[in-house]
Amino acid sequence: MSKSERPNPLFRNLNAKVASIPMILTASVVFVGGTLWTVLYSFTNSKLLPRLNFVGLDQYYRLWSTPRWLISIENLLIYGAISLVFSLVIGFLLAALLDQKIRFEDTFRTIFLYPFALSFIVTGLVWQWLLNPDFGIQHVVRDLGWTSFSFDPLYNSSIVIYGISIAALWQGTGLIMCLMLAGLRGIDEDIWKAARVDGIPMWKTYLFIVIPMMRPVFITTLVIIASGIVKVYDLVVAQTSGGPGIASEVPAKYVYDYMFFAQNLGQGFAASTMMLLSVVIVIVPWAYLEFGGKKRG
Amino acid sequence: MADPAVTLPAGAGAVGREALGPSGPKPRHVFSRRNIFLYGTLFVMAVYYLLPLYVMVVTSLKGMPEIRLGNIFAPPLEITFEPWVKAWATACTGLNCDGLSRGFWNSVRITVPSVLLSIAIASVNGYALANWRFKGADTFFVILIVGAFIPYQVMIYPIVIILREIGLYGSLSGLVIVHSIFGMPILTLLFRNYFASMPEELFRAARVDGAGFWGIFLRIMAPMSLPIFVVAIILQVTGIWNDFLFGVVYTRPDTYPMTVQLNNIVNSVQGVKEYNVNMAATILTGLVPLIVYFISGKLFVRGIAAGAVKG
Repeated sequence: MSKSERPNPLFRNLNAKVASIPMILTASVVFVGGTLWTVLYSFTNSKLLPRLNFVGLDQYYRLWSTPRWLISIENLLIYGAISLVFSLVIGFLLAALLDQKIRFEDTFRTIFLYPFALSFIVTGLVWQWLLNPDFGIQHVVRDLGWTSFSFDPLYNSSIVIYGISIAALWQGTGLIMCLMLAGLRGIDEDIWKAARVDGIPMWKTYLFIVIPMMRPVFITTLVIIASGIVKVYDLVVAQTSGGPGIASEVPAKYVYDYMFFAQNLGQGFAASTMMLLSVVIVIVPWAYLEFGGKKRG
Repeated sequence: MADPAVTLPAGAGAVGREALGPSGPKPRHVFSRRNIFLYGTLFVMAVYYLLPLYVMVVTSLKGMPEIRLGNIFAPPLEITFEPWVKAWATACTGLNCDGLSRGFWNSVRITVPSVLLSIAIASVNGYALANWRFKGADTFFVILIVGAFIPYQVMIYPIVIILREIGLYGSLSGLVIVHSIFGMPILTLLFRNYFASMPEELFRAARVDGAGFWGIFLRIMAPMSLPIFVVAIILQVTGIWNDFLFGVVYTRPDTYPMTVQLNNIVNSVQGVKEYNVNMAATILTGLVPLIVYFISGKLFVRGIAAGAVKG
């Protein structure tokens, strides 16, 4: 855009500025303002109402000595590791299978992706029903003759988080498959031809040539999965409500419960700040690799 | 999908190799070991993905006595639609016994304005960012995109305060604003990239002809970008319909969206559990996004791929 001769630069391009007011407000007031506000109030002893009564790091000390928070973190780590590994592996394998110029590709893709259209609430409730020990999979297998068969992840506090992960994988792997498939389709056909001419077996071509070439796709996928992990909330609410006991609690639920039920806002703010911190730890190196390098180089 | 206008910038989406003509290895036997392994694996996976849907449907068509005696995978001996009627019209949440229908209409009243408002805001934003860049615009854009990664839990309480100050806390309009705010990053990105990929000459020609900011947007840019509007609508309808967290935070029991009401019906502690009614209610809640998904097909894939890869 050429430089205008108008005296006040504030009025230049006025329409665009007016049209961007919602974006400016959202970015500055809600995203920046809201985040700073929450971080600031996490250093106070706010209970029912937010009050600026600073107590230093007290809320954080209390947070990290609360068993429920520690269980939440442990669950998040297990859930995160499972989602990360299995959705990458299953997603990539499905994409690789679909990429073999097969027939009915669209049908298969539609089937693998449809759970992604469903909400976590619906996902959680379906899997709650499938994993119900009195009616679901356990019951069916016992009826077949294995009467001592036991598979009740949602009622067993030591494995409940795996039961939740099964549902999460069912819902989310379709998306990863689609991203991977898009990545595979971006690989030059000539690479495959060259590998075939050289007599390199298919699995080796995938492992040593194709996957390294798909690095950007893997990185973005990783970021998507990671930011989804931290947010996990509805699934747990629907499937187990955090139970049995507090065995399947997650940080997002801790935040919500302390803010809106326990009327202990300070704890909620401290916990949500910890969630923010974990995201920052994941995002900053990624953003640096992804954008920082390009701008400077 | 032969329409070239549907192509997104930077070729997100996973279609279009068919057009290359004959290539690859020569055709092999249909029942080669490779094919049996390939289709066998895909078939087993497909069964795994379809099973929950099947069980949902089957359970919702059985009566309770049959569920108690039988096997969840068995097809119903006697098909009954009573659970569906009950789920829709008389299932109870707390003291209210008017079924999921209330939640459904609440969700409609939330989703329609939220989709319209969020897309209106984001498309104009994207257009301003692509064609009318002003000083500082990119800074706000970067903040917006970074903000998309901040966990919602960090921002929900400040928004409660803002909504309370303007008197919208607990109302449907408040929730509509919240959805527009959180839909903004991804949609703005989508629209900005799309408008930026349109030929610059188009914009210049319209400028020379004397069209202004709104004129160019309404008469040229928007009509030419219908595909991206469709993608945005798909993204938003499924996203907002499936939302649970914002619904439970920013509405009251009588304005709860369908997902929240569904959870309250199924996970309520009082009364005898009626699994068939629960499953009917679950299907009813999942129906809207599923219909959107099956109708939109490849556009849905493009939507999420574009949204996800760029986001």
